Amino acid sequence: MVEISAYSNTIGQEVDELSRTYLDNLLNKPGPASDPDWVPGPETIGALESSKVLVIGAGGLGCEILKNLALSGFKDIHVIDMDTIDVSNLNRQFLFREADVGKFKAEVAAAFVEKRVKGVKIIPYNGKIQDKDEEYYMQFKMVICGLDSIEARRWINATLVDMVDMEDPESLKPLIDGGTEGFKGQARVILPTMNSCIECQLDMHAPRAAVPLCTLATIPRQPSHCIEWAHIIAWEEHRKDEVLDTDDPEHITWLYQKALARAQEFNIPGVTYSLTQGVVKNIIPAIASTNAIIAASCCNEAFKIATSCNPFLQNYMMYSGDEGVYTYTFETERKEDCPVCGNLARTLTVNPDMTLQDFIDSLGERAEAQLKKPTLRSEEKSLYSQFPQSLRQQTAPNLTKKLSELVVDGEEIGVSDPAFTIAFKYKLIFSS
Amino acid sequence: MAEKATTPPILQGPTAKEKKYDRQLRLWAASGQAALENAKVLFLNSNSGVVGVETLKNLILPGVGSFTIVDETKVSELDLGVNFFLEESSLGRWRAEETCKFLQELNPEVKINALRESIDAFADDPNRLEQYSLVLLIGPTRNARVLERICQHADKSSIPLFYIHCQGFFSQFSLQLPAQFPIVDTHPDPASTQDLRLLNPWPELLELLEKKTGNLGSLSDHDHGHVPYVLILLHFLNVWKASHDGQAPANYSEKKQFKALVESGARTNNSEGGEENFDEAAAAVLKSLNTPSISSGLREVFESDDCQNLKSTSANFWVIANGIQKFHTSHNGILPLPGALPDMKAQSSDYIQLQNIYKAKARSDLAAVTQTIRSSEQEVGRKSSIEQAEIEAFCKGAQFVKLIHGRPIRVAKCSAEIDWSDRAKALSQEIQDPDSLLPIYFAFLALDRYQDDIDRIQKLRKPTDDQQFNDIMAGRVVSGAVPPLPTFAESAHFSTPAVDPEHDPKPWPRFDIPEARETFDNVVKELDRADWGELHNIAALTGGMVAQEVIKVITKQYVPVNNTCVLDGIASKTAVFKI
Repeated sequence: MVEISAYSNTIGQEVDELSRTYLDNLLNKPGPASDPDWVPGPETIGALESSKVLVIGAGGLGCEILKNLALSGFKDIHVIDMDTIDVSNLNRQFLFREADVGKFKAEVAAAFVEKRVKGVKIIPYNGKIQDKDEEYYMQFKMVICGLDSIEARRWINATLVDMVDMEDPESLKPLIDGGTEGFKGQARVILPTMNSCIECQLDMHAPRAAVPLCTLATIPRQPSHCIEWAHIIAWEEHRKDEVLDTDDPEHITWLYQKALARAQEFNIPGVTYSLTQGVVKNIIPAIASTNAIIAASCCNEAFKIATSCNPFLQNYMMYSGDEGVYTYTFETERKEDCPVCGNLARTLTVNPDMTLQDFIDSLGERAEAQLKKPTLRSEEKSLYSQFPQSLRQQTAPNLTKKLSELVVDGEEIGVSDPAFTIAFKYKLIFSS
Repeated sequence: MAEKATTPPILQGPTAKEKKYDRQLRLWAASGQAALENAKVLFLNSNSGVVGVETLKNLILPGVGSFTIVDETKVSELDLGVNFFLEESSLGRWRAEETCKFLQELNPEVKINALRESIDAFADDPNRLEQYSLVLLIGPTRNARVLERICQHADKSSIPLFYIHCQGFFSQFSLQLPAQFPIVDTHPDPASTQDLRLLNPWPELLELLEKKTGNLGSLSDHDHGHVPYVLILLHFLNVWKASHDGQAPANYSEKKQFKALVESGARTNNSEGGEENFDEAAAAVLKSLNTPSISSGLREVFESDDCQNLKSTSANFWVIANGIQKFHTSHNGILPLPGALPDMKAQSSDYIQLQNIYKAKARSDLAAVTQTIRSSEQEVGRKSSIEQAEIEAFCKGAQFVKLIHGRPIRVAKCSAEIDWSDRAKALSQEIQDPDSLLPIYFAFLALDRYQDDIDRIQKLRKPTDDQQFNDIMAGRVVSGAVPPLPTFAESAHFSTPAVDPEHDPKPWPRFDIPEARETFDNVVKELDRADWGELHNIAALTGGMVAQEVIKVITKQYVPVNNTCVLDGIASKTAVFKI
C-alpha cells in the first residue's frame, strides 16, 4: 500500500514539491462537489499561499488552528493573544512546555509552528484584539477565532460587520469561530452582513442563571453559594482595597477558607479548593481531543473558503461526544433586529412599574443582550450613563424611577456597553 | 525541603499533577485519570497514518500511560507536508522512532516505544496483542487477511480495537468492543437523573413533611415562601389523594389539574405576585410524578442470562446488577435511591435536613443491596467481595447504565462477499435515505477490497519480472496470468458491497436507490481526487473524534460510539451506524 502510493505520486514531481503533494492532488483536479466554474491548478494554489489570515487566540483551539493552517498550505498567518502560559494549559495546548510557563502564548506558539513547518510565516501579537483598528483587520483575507470569551467574540464580530463596505467585496472578511466545553463544541462560518452573525446567535449561548444575592447572603444551600458569598461579599468586606486575582493561589486559598467556614456554619458539605477555583474562575472543562475536533473543523472550512475546492459550511455545526458521536449541522437565520447586522429595533415587553435599575439588571440576564455595564438613551434624553462620572452622577437618580416615568409606551431606546462596539435598539412596549 | 516555616502552606491545595490536569479532572475525575494512566495503547500504522498520530497527541497530552508505535516505513517528503510530528531532519529515518521522539516532547510522564516492524507480525502472532489495553489500526491494511487476523486476536483477548480510514475529505472509524461492554458512569444530564421518589415516600420524609406543612395555612409569609418544593408537592399529593380514592395523578390531564392545585396554594398578596418555591413546585410536577419505571437499557441488563445466573466467575457488573434487580423486585419496582437533591428555594437548615433525609435513605438502600450481594457472593463461591464504592456507584447511576454489545469489524475481501447477517435489513433501509452518509462507509470498504485485490495481483507476479510489474502499474494490459491493475475508481464501481435483506448472493453493486449510488460514486471520485492522501485537517478532526472515543472506552465513562462513525468533511456532517 505504501509503496504503491509513493510510486504513483512521485512520477514527474520535483522533490521540493513532494511535501505538498497530498494537497496539490486535490487542488489540481475538480471534484464532484466543487463548483463547475472553479479553476483548479496553480491559480488556486497561489491564492491559498497568498491568503493572509488572522488567528485570534493561541490557547487550546489556537495551538491546533496554527498547526492545521500551516499544514493546509497557508503561508502568511498572524496570531493575537494577550495571555501568558499557565501550567493548567499543558494538558491540551501542545505547543507549550513546562519551561514556557509565564511566556506569551502568541509568541511561543508562532515560533514553534514556524520552526516545525518549513516555509510558513507566523507573526504574533501579544495583546488585546481591541488594541487594533479597522485598518489592521482590513489586511486579512479571513479571521479564525479560538476564544473562550463571549465578549471578545462579540467585539470582533461587530468590528468585522462594521467594516463591510458594499462597494468593496474585499472588505467582507469571513469569520470562522470555534468553541468547546468538555466533550462538546461548535464551529460556525460567518460572512458579515451576508448571513447570521455571532450577535444574531447570542441567545443560543445563554449564560448560566446567576444565584440571587439574597440566597448568597442569607440562605445558602449549596457549596457554590458559600463560594460565591466569599467571592462577592466576604472579599468586599475584608479586602476591598485589593484587586482579586483569580490566578493568585493565596487569593483562592483565602476565598476557599472563607467559603469553607461559611459552609461549616450552615452544615453544607462539598466545599473544596478545586470547586472554589472552578466557581470563582468560571472554569470550563477543556480537553485536547475536543479542541482538535473543533479547531480542525474551523480550519477545514478556512481551507475550503480560501481555495473554493469544495463548498463550505452553511453555517453552524455542533458536536457532542457525551453519548456516542452526535453532530448537528444547520443554517442559523439572520435576525432583522440584530443590534449588529440588522436595522430594526427589538421589541421588548416590560412592566411599566419596573425601576430603571431592575431593567438594567434584566439586560445583563437576557440571553440576547448579556450587557454588564449598559448606557441607556431614550429618543429624548440620556436615561443612564456609565461614563463620564459627572454624567453618571447626574443620571443616577433615574435608577430608582419607574420606566413609565422615563419613557412612553412604544418608545425606542438605545443601549450601548463600553465592552462592545454595539448599539442595541429596543422598542419598549408596556405590559398591561 | 527548605521551606520557610513562616509561610503557611496552602491548605489542601492541588498537587502539581492536579494543576496540570485540572481542566480534564473536572470531566472524568481521579478515577478516570487513573484508568488512563494505566492504559497501554498500541498504534499499528501501515499508511501515512496522520490520523493515528493526531489521535496519539490527544491521548498523550491528558496522560494516557504508555504507547507503542508500530511502523515499518521511513520518513518521506510526503510525510513532512501532512504530519506535524516530524521535521526535515527526520527525512530517511524510521518514522516510528521520529514520531515517537516528537510526540514524547508533549508529555514527559507518558511512555512511548517505537517498533520498526511490519504490523503483519501482529496478525501472525495471536499473543502479541495481549499486553495492550487498546489497539488503533489504520486502514487499509496490506490485505484483508492482516485486518481479519488482528481483529480476531483482539476479539479473543477482549481488547477494544479501532479500525480507522482517513482519505481526502472523508474518514471513517469502527470500534470493536468486547462482546459485553458495560458502563456504569455514563454521566447523564443531571436534570434527567432526579429521583425524588415522591410517590413512595418513607417515614422520615413524611415526618419532616408533617412538621413543615402540618399547618401550612398559618405559616408566616416568610416561612410559607421558603417551604422546599419537594414538601409542597408531597403536601398537595396528600390533598389530591384525599379526593381521588387515594390515587396520585396518573395521566397528563390529571397532572395538569394537580399543577393548578399546587399553583392555587401560592400566596399572591405580595409584591412579586407569587412565591418562587410554589413556582418551582409547579414546574416540577410533570417530571417528578412519574410512576417508577426502569430504562430499556437497565431492563436489558436485568433480563440477560448473566444477570439471572451468577457464577463464581461472573464479572462484578453482573453481581451488582443481580443485587439491584433483587432490590427492584422486592421493593415493588423501585430502584435504590440515588440520593441527590436538586437545589431549591428553602431556608438553609430545612434544605440541609431534607438533603440528609435523602442521603440517609440512599445509604440504607445501598446497605440493603450490599447485603444481597454479600450473600450471593457466598452462594456462588466468589473468592473476593466487591468494594462498597463500586456498588454505590452502580446504585447511584442504575437507571442510566449502558451495556454495549461489541460487534466484529467487517472485513472486505476481494474473494468473498461480506456477510451482513443480522444488520442486512437495517442497512438496506438506511441506504434508502438519499442523505445517508452510509455510502461513505461503503466506499472505504471498497477501498479495502481494492487493496486486497492489488495485494493478490502483486503476489501473482513472479518476483523477478519487473517489466511486467511496471506495465501493470502503468495500466498497460499484460498478457498471461496476471490481470491488469485497475484504478480504485474502476475497481470501486464493481466493489460496492451488497446489502441485501434476503442474503441473496448476487454480485455487487446492489444500490437500488440512484441517490445512494450517486453519493457512493461521488465519494469514490473525491477519494480518487485525493489519491490515497490524507488532508491534515480531516486527519486532525478524526484524530480528535477517535481520541474522545478512546478516552471513553478506557475510563468506562460517558458512552462510546456503537460502532461505526463516518465523517463527511465537505458537508461538515457525521453519522453513526451499527454495522
